[in-house]
Amino acid sequence: MRKRLLPSQFDITSVVVWGIGILILAVVVGGSIATLRQGIYAPSVWLDFFIFGLAQGSVYALIALGYTLVYGVLFMINFAHGEVFMSGMYIAFYFARAFDESGFLNRNPIVALLIITLVSMTVSTSIAVVLERVAYRPLRRAPRLVPLITAIGASFFLQNAFRGLFGPRTKVYPDVDILKGSWTVFGIEILKIQVIVIIAALIMMIGLYLFVQYTKVGRAMRAVAEDKDAAALMGIDVDRVIVITFAVGAALAGAAGILYALLFKQVTHTVGFIPGIKAFTAAVLGGIGNIPGAMLGGLFLGIFESLGPNLFFSGLNIPAPNQLKDAIAFTMLVLVLIFRPTGILGEALAEKKA
Amino acid sequence: MSSSSYSSATLSTGYTWRNALKAGLIFGIVTLFIVLVGLVNTFGERDIIYNVISMGQTLLLSMSIIGGYLTGRRTSDQSPGFSALYGLIVGLTTGAVIGLYLMLASTVNLRDIFVNSSNELLTLLSFGMDPLAGAAVLVVLFGVFGAVGALISRSAPLLRRALVTGLLTVVVLGVLEDFLNVLLSTGFLKPVAGFLFARSGLTIEGAVVLFVFSTGLRLAQPFLKRTTAPAVEWLDQPGRKPVKYGLITIVVLPLLLSLPWVLQLYLSDVLDNVGLFILMGLGLNIVVGYAGLLDLGYVAFFAIGAYTTALLTSPESYLGWEWTFWEALPLAMLAAGLAGILLGVPVLRMRGDYLAIVTLGFGEIIRLLALSEALKPYIGGSTGILGVPKPVFFGIELKDAQYLYYVILAGCLIALYVSWRLSDSRIGRAWIAMREDEDVAEAMGINLVQYKLMAFATGAMFSGMAGAIFASKLGSIFPHSFNLLISINVLSLIIVGGMASLPGVFVGALILVGLPELLREFSEYRLLMYGAALVAMMLLKPEGFWPAAQRRRELRAEREAAAAKEMAEAVVTTTAE
Repeated sequence: MRKRLLPSQFDITSVVVWGIGILILAVVVGGSIATLRQGIYAPSVWLDFFIFGLAQGSVYALIALGYTLVYGVLFMINFAHGEVFMSGMYIAFYFARAFDESGFLNRNPIVALLIITLVSMTVSTSIAVVLERVAYRPLRRAPRLVPLITAIGASFFLQNAFRGLFGPRTKVYPDVDILKGSWTVFGIEILKIQVIVIIAALIMMIGLYLFVQYTKVGRAMRAVAEDKDAAALMGIDVDRVIVITFAVGAALAGAAGILYALLFKQVTHTVGFIPGIKAFTAAVLGGIGNIPGAMLGGLFLGIFESLGPNLFFSGLNIPAPNQLKDAIAFTMLVLVLIFRPTGILGEALAEKKA
Repeated sequence: MSSSSYSSATLSTGYTWRNALKAGLIFGIVTLFIVLVGLVNTFGERDIIYNVISMGQTLLLSMSIIGGYLTGRRTSDQSPGFSALYGLIVGLTTGAVIGLYLMLASTVNLRDIFVNSSNELLTLLSFGMDPLAGAAVLVVLFGVFGAVGALISRSAPLLRRALVTGLLTVVVLGVLEDFLNVLLSTGFLKPVAGFLFARSGLTIEGAVVLFVFSTGLRLAQPFLKRTTAPAVEWLDQPGRKPVKYGLITIVVLPLLLSLPWVLQLYLSDVLDNVGLFILMGLGLNIVVGYAGLLDLGYVAFFAIGAYTTALLTSPESYLGWEWTFWEALPLAMLAAGLAGILLGVPVLRMRGDYLAIVTLGFGEIIRLLALSEALKPYIGGSTGILGVPKPVFFGIELKDAQYLYYVILAGCLIALYVSWRLSDSRIGRAWIAMREDEDVAEAMGINLVQYKLMAFATGAMFSGMAGAIFASKLGSIFPHSFNLLISINVLSLIIVGGMASLPGVFVGALILVGLPELLREFSEYRLLMYGAALVAMMLLKPEGFWPAAQRRRELRAEREAAAAKEMAEAVVTTTAE
């Protein structure tokens, strides 16, 4: 008989995994208690963090929907979705700049913003559709890692194509006058822009939910997600539905791009990468393939990321906690996949079909 | 679709002028992309043939030749005349797209948006004429070359291969002029270099001679093959393995040992970089190629190896123990291996794409931690660790790239030997079984936990070794050196070379790391190339340029199965109709 290096498969891995989990939990709980006891931030500051997190999270949620939709239909992580998100806002920037220079942006802000958003959605959608046609469709029957590697390649290609075409400099979105300043609601001061981002994202999420639940195309999408072959037998054009799925996800990402640009102003060719991974985290968190899950996951991650570093680390006297914001999001992704790969609302996909 | 192909006058495949127009448009858009992304511009200054044609122009024209060539292949059931005609249409359309751009860019200022749309580009595209005349010339040139491409693809197979070889030789040697000039500038080959190479690119005579020579060689290949066949056959017999490997060693070893002194300092540095990537590639090849675990956080182990070495050896580090490189090296490898196991444990139960994203997360976490203020007192934050000493070998300080080469060479040879011995061992076969199907492998009695962790640890150790050498080569390390791009780079080179293929790692590293460093202008487009290479390889050549023997067999079987399935489906649909 072969000698075994490790006594038993279950024990060792579980011990290590739970060890890591408990360690992290200890840091989180200990840090939070210390922070709160020392009273480093006033309650109003926490509220600001919370609302900022909500705004940021609603952007993540919109991007996460693209991951979830595609995953639901193809069981594939569209790694290039972050670049789809970037491309829309990148091209729309040139429109925003032109509108700003001609004064149209502040004369007719609502019309201008709507046009910019439409441009962004169109660009994102076209890129996603071309991507699906050129890079993903020929590989639909290939082993699972093949489309993933293609998607990684496509992601880097798109990033650097934008860099090559439009230059490496950071572009700054113009200010919109009516979005400046803040409103006071129930005695709480909230930045206008954050409110608008949250509301716009909510409207789009509800729209998507209705689309998927009640339209014919939405029903076809759900049918394809359930079983491609059976859907084809029922007379559904599977290829078309897959393209529509990519297009819908990309349109939401394009809209998210404008919201992101309004919040953070800056656009570069790499701007899609980190939000892309975070949105993926959000999708996993909510249970990938699950639409309400992605929304929930996005909002939760946004808030967690905004509150987390300050809450966990300030009390432990760790300098510059916000530097660890991204690390927290990644750790969260790892933890979710280890302890609850099904996400909050999902079914057991990570192990079965993945 | 079927009705339109019946109505047209042309023939059985139903390739019509419409298809040609469509192909031309697609090629035109791709070419326009290449132009706008700045490739033509950047290469405008380098010549392939001195004062005749620049690299940028070659790139442009090669697009129309390729377009024509592919058209020729798609219309292979029609007469060559038709192919040439379609090639002409494709070329003309491609040219028309570029011509339109030229006209547009010379009336409207596109520079505000497309940074490369400069006046130099316009002069280059219009051959210094006014836009309209330039565009006309461009369209005609593209058309002619499209037709030429189509005709090349329709000529007799041997002639076709010979022509393609000849063209490629001229282009490749022209592109590598810088490098080859350095290589040939020493010793008795100097007059050859003087004849072939001009100040930039090839001389006209050189190009002609090269073309004739390589075309002739390719034409003579069947004959050469027949004459050398007995010798090859003799060597391929089972008992002659030692002789074969002995011969290879006698030829290759002196070459490898003398390489840095032939290449001199700058090129040795390039060589060292290629070597480090080969070392990492061999490691990742075990994880991805053998065991099938797509690890996107591979750079983490590289970083851990580098940081361990820096901490142990540098007098300016937190520890300040000032160990020698040789003492630190095993510990760096051990640390990386341990990290491999530690990071491996949590992801054991994950599969495929989830594993990829989680390891990517790990890689980023390590980088962010190295960068953070929180760990700054220990590992220096963004300022990194300085003063890492060079290795000293029996009193000789391995002070620069030419000396360090031998350390890297030794590392690569060890890694190569280990990988080679592992590949057909019990462990290697267990990995491959696991890669193909985890459930079946487990049912066959393979302990997944043990073998997965072994793959992670072995791969990580090679990466740690590369990191240790990297740290002492640079003399200082910064968190910025350890970003995701390194992981992607290593992954790309494995895929380009061929997964699970050991020679593939070398081929991949030479193409993806060596080539861009030789073409310094190109370095800006490196990542673009990696991305395109990943997509293109997966679509066109998933087995890589130098596939592992087993993988080649599998892919062929898969393709046949897919073809059979498609056929069956086609039968089903036709009967249904």
